[in-house]
Amino acid sequence: MKRVFNWAGQALLYGIFAAFVVIFSQWPAYAPLAPEEALIKLSFVHHGQRVAECRPYTADELAKLAPNMRAPLKCGRERAPVTIELDIDGALAYRYTAAPSGLSRDGASTVYKRLELPAGKHRIAVRMRDTTATSGFTYQHDATVDLVPAQVLVIDFDSERGEIVLL
Amino acid sequence: MAVLTHRSSASAPPHIAARLWRALEHGFDALVGAGGNPLKQLGALGFLLLWLLVGSGAVLYAVLDTSASGAYQSIEALSREQWRWGSLLRGLHRYAADAMVLVVLAHVVREWMLGRFRSFRAASWLTGVPLLLLLFVSAIGGFWLNWDRLGQFSATATAEWLDALPGLASPLARNFLSGTQLNDRLFSLFVFVHLGVPLMLVFGLWFHVQRLSRAQVFPTRALATGTGLTLLILAAIRPVRSQGPADLATVPATLNYDWLLLFIHPLTAATSAAMVWGLLVFFMALLLALPWLGVWRARAQPVALRAATGDAVEAGATLPATSHTHWRPAALTQFVAEVDPDHCSGCRRCVEDCPYAAITMVPHPSGRVGMELAQVRSDLCASCGICVGSCPSSTPFRSAEVLHTGIDMPQWPIDALRRQMQSGLVALPGPRRYVVFGCAEGADLGQLSADEVLALPLVCTGLLPPSFIEYALRAGADGVLVATCREGGCAFRLGERWTRERLQGLREPRLRASVSANGWSLVAADRGDEAVLAAALQALRSRTAESFEYPESTA
Repeated sequence: MKRVFNWAGQALLYGIFAAFVVIFSQWPAYAPLAPEEALIKLSFVHHGQRVAECRPYTADELAKLAPNMRAPLKCGRERAPVTIELDIDGALAYRYTAAPSGLSRDGASTVYKRLELPAGKHRIAVRMRDTTATSGFTYQHDATVDLVPAQVLVIDFDSERGEIVLL
Repeated sequence: MAVLTHRSSASAPPHIAARLWRALEHGFDALVGAGGNPLKQLGALGFLLLWLLVGSGAVLYAVLDTSASGAYQSIEALSREQWRWGSLLRGLHRYAADAMVLVVLAHVVREWMLGRFRSFRAASWLTGVPLLLLLFVSAIGGFWLNWDRLGQFSATATAEWLDALPGLASPLARNFLSGTQLNDRLFSLFVFVHLGVPLMLVFGLWFHVQRLSRAQVFPTRALATGTGLTLLILAAIRPVRSQGPADLATVPATLNYDWLLLFIHPLTAATSAAMVWGLLVFFMALLLALPWLGVWRARAQPVALRAATGDAVEAGATLPATSHTHWRPAALTQFVAEVDPDHCSGCRRCVEDCPYAAITMVPHPSGRVGMELAQVRSDLCASCGICVGSCPSSTPFRSAEVLHTGIDMPQWPIDALRRQMQSGLVALPGPRRYVVFGCAEGADLGQLSADEVLALPLVCTGLLPPSFIEYALRAGADGVLVATCREGGCAFRLGERWTRERLQGLREPRLRASVSANGWSLVAADRGDEAVLAAALQALRSRTAESFEYPESTA
């Protein structure tokens, strides 16, 4: 009798365990994005302009350099931060200034931002400044997009074409 | 009744968490029997599930197209176009991963609730904590390899979570922007995560069980069969299916979500990446610090006895300070088994029986060829005394006035046990006299209220040399009851098993077959099983009473 009870007990335990595993490995369903919404991924990897303009070495400076180190121009390493602004339907949705990476601040500035918005037509304006100027923008892109639900719109910078692109 | 309380001082009342866990285990014992109780084999179950994952994963990898464009189709083909075995294999792989997470987390909770993370157990605890991370990394990486909608979501969410860390030159999440096809080289990284990290996990597990002898890396056959069959039935009834090929141009609308393995992504979405990183660091730091937290509330050191006199001495006065144990807080230092070269025969039984691989053999200092001597590593010694019970020199029949044995516990010398038993038996008023040896972690011997009972709590019944039973019977006891913990419930892993096997004559040192089976009894009783203990004593009383009335019947 005890053996039968133990068998029944084991069956019960295995059943509960299996039910727990199968339920929580598939349920409840998860929706990463609300219905009727779309997603904008604003992402750049971009080097800002040099903070100091390149200039020719002076004769004295060249004389102090080893012969194999003598270059025509002297360039500082530090880059300007990159400022991004994104307007959606005429309102500022995101603004961010990305510092250059690297200990000498000579690397690329990076931005990655997700913005969820309702599907449908939207007026998008993207502006990027990669100089030390305090006003004005180096690059700008305006477009009207018609987003379907769950669509991902990527805003990136194409360095070969030298412009902001919407993908 | 006489109870030698100084021996039971090692057993403080269990913490409420321990009592709760024991109650749960006892419930499972009643349902499935102590031998098949999965709660007592959680570590071994974790190993079984890992072996199932490795086996099923090896076959899945053989048919997987390890390119970003071909992975989804290859897994789909396995699931749908092959006979049922492909679907079964995939289901087994996934459900074994889910089950492993549950079992491993239950294993952590058990060890925590039973307070098994301090002192000599700290090394196993500390080496186990990083394995939790490796387990989840391996599991989450498995979803990416399929490269369906769920894998796409998990990979993207993981990259975005990692991007919250400073120092990355370029956001990892840029690898998953729409308009770009996933790079095959990145897919190779996925393969490494799902194959390389589990290899690290296996390597880490080797460290995790290093300090255990006879580590249980496979559960009982019945439990292994039952678990494997359950997962296979699950895979047959509810096959695991892909959720459409990955498409980076859209966000998956609705996912059949594995909350057991992928809960971190919704948690990040509901809070923030920084919050989840903070929680992760907090919990890992907490787990790693646990062996040192609350040490002032840790169990007080048992009172030591002087070997020759049985007088109590302060624990701190005799604690050996060694280079291996100095890192432990003072509250957690404990006595270490001591080897007496004059009485150690080099038989290796203590090496065989030590649950924590704390004893090794070294050449005997006498220099005699072939002679060996046991040597105890103080940082591994659990102070359980199981080695004393295994030593053939621990027999109380030796005529020396002071009983010296080959290996002994300084706080509970075997000579003191013999003295206590002798004097205790003499002190019992009679006419009937019973000796009860019990585990201090098990049923409370203090509940056996009777004038005819001499209760001798031991830190572990594995400390008891079987010859003590015969000695007690010859010294005037009418019966001897040995009370171990329940099967699989020994605080020192193997004490209950070794005691049972020694008394049943299955393991050295054996209880001699000439000892009347009517004169002794073995019962498994945890804390809370005092009624079982009392019933076992009553049964022994009844049995020996018959022998008393009809002495010829025991001949």
